[in-house]
Amino acid sequence: MNTWIAIGATALGCYAVKLAGLLVPAGLLERPLVRRFAALLPVALLAALTAQQTFADGRALVLDARAAGLAAAVVALVLRAPFLLVVAAAVAVTAGARALGG
Amino acid sequence: MWQTCALSLMVFTGASQFALVGALAAGGNPLTAAAGAFFLGVRNAFYGLRLSQSLALPRAVRPFAAHWVIDETTAVSLAQRGRRAARIGFAVTGLTLYLLWNLTTLLGALGAEAIGDTDAWGLDVAGPAVFLALLAPMLKTAVERAVAGLAVLLGLGLLPVLPAGVPVLAAALAAPAMLYVEGRRAAGREAAGREAAGREAAGRDDSGQEEER
Repeated sequence: MNTWIAIGATALGCYAVKLAGLLVPAGLLERPLVRRFAALLPVALLAALTAQQTFADGRALVLDARAAGLAAAVVALVLRAPFLLVVAAAVAVTAGARALGG
Repeated sequence: MWQTCALSLMVFTGASQFALVGALAAGGNPLTAAAGAFFLGVRNAFYGLRLSQSLALPRAVRPFAAHWVIDETTAVSLAQRGRRAARIGFAVTGLTLYLLWNLTTLLGALGAEAIGDTDAWGLDVAGPAVFLALLAPMLKTAVERAVAGLAVLLGLGLLPVLPAGVPVLAAALAAPAMLYVEGRRAAGREAAGREAAGREAAGRDDSGQEEER
C-alpha cells in the first residue's frame, strides 16, 4: 500500500512539473538563477544516489562487490563506452566479484 | 510487478523511477522517496519551456503532450528545423519510447521474477551504474564537480544518522549551497571592482578640493 502512495505521489509530481514547463510563462523560469539551480539539482541528487546505492547497506556504510562494479562503470565511462555497455560492465564485474568472493 | 509497470506508465521519467525504487528498496518512507524522485523530474519543466516555444502546441493538446516531455523527446525535437519537423520528431520519439519503455519494463518485471536472486547476478549495481552514466555528462565545470562531491559527502555522511530517504534530500542542498558560494564570489568580484572605481573617484574629488583651497 505504501508503495502505491509513493508511486501516486511521484506520478502526480512528475506530471505536474512537465506540464508546468509547457504552461508557465517563459519569464518565470528563464531567470538565470532558476535555470542554474535546476541544472545543479540533478547533479547533486544523482551523485548522492550513486554513492548511497554503492556504499550503503541499510544505514551502514560498506565496501563490497558493488564498489568494484561501479569502478568498472567509471572506467567504461572514461573510455566513452555507450550507456548499455557501462551498465553491463558494472553488473558483470559485480557478479564476478561475488562469484569469486562468495 | 504491477507496481513496476504502473510506475513506467504513469511516471515515464527514468531517473525518477530508479530513484523511487532505490529509496523504497532501502526502506525509505514513501513520501521522502517520492520527494527525491520528484526533484529529479524538475528538469523536465525546463524542457517543457524550450519545447513550448518550438512546438507551439494549442493549449488543449498541452496536457497530453506533457507526459512525453523527457530528455529524449526534447533532444530530438530541438534538433529539428521548423515547427512541423519538431512536432513530428516529438510525436514519433514520444510514441516509440513510450511503447518500448513500458514493454521492456513488463519484460524486466517478468524476467526478474524468473531469475530469482537478482543480487547474485550483480543486478543491484545496475541502479548506481545508470545514475553514474546519467551524471557523467553533466560534470562539465568545477562547480558541477563541487556540487557532486559535496552531495556524495552529505549523502554518505548523513546516512547513519537520518531516516532512510532523507539523506538524499539533504544532499540536494549541495546545489543551492554551491550556487550561494558562486553568487558570493561573483558579488565579491563586482564589489571589488566598484570599490576600485570608488577609490579613483574619491581620489579625483580630493585633488579637486585641494585645488579649490
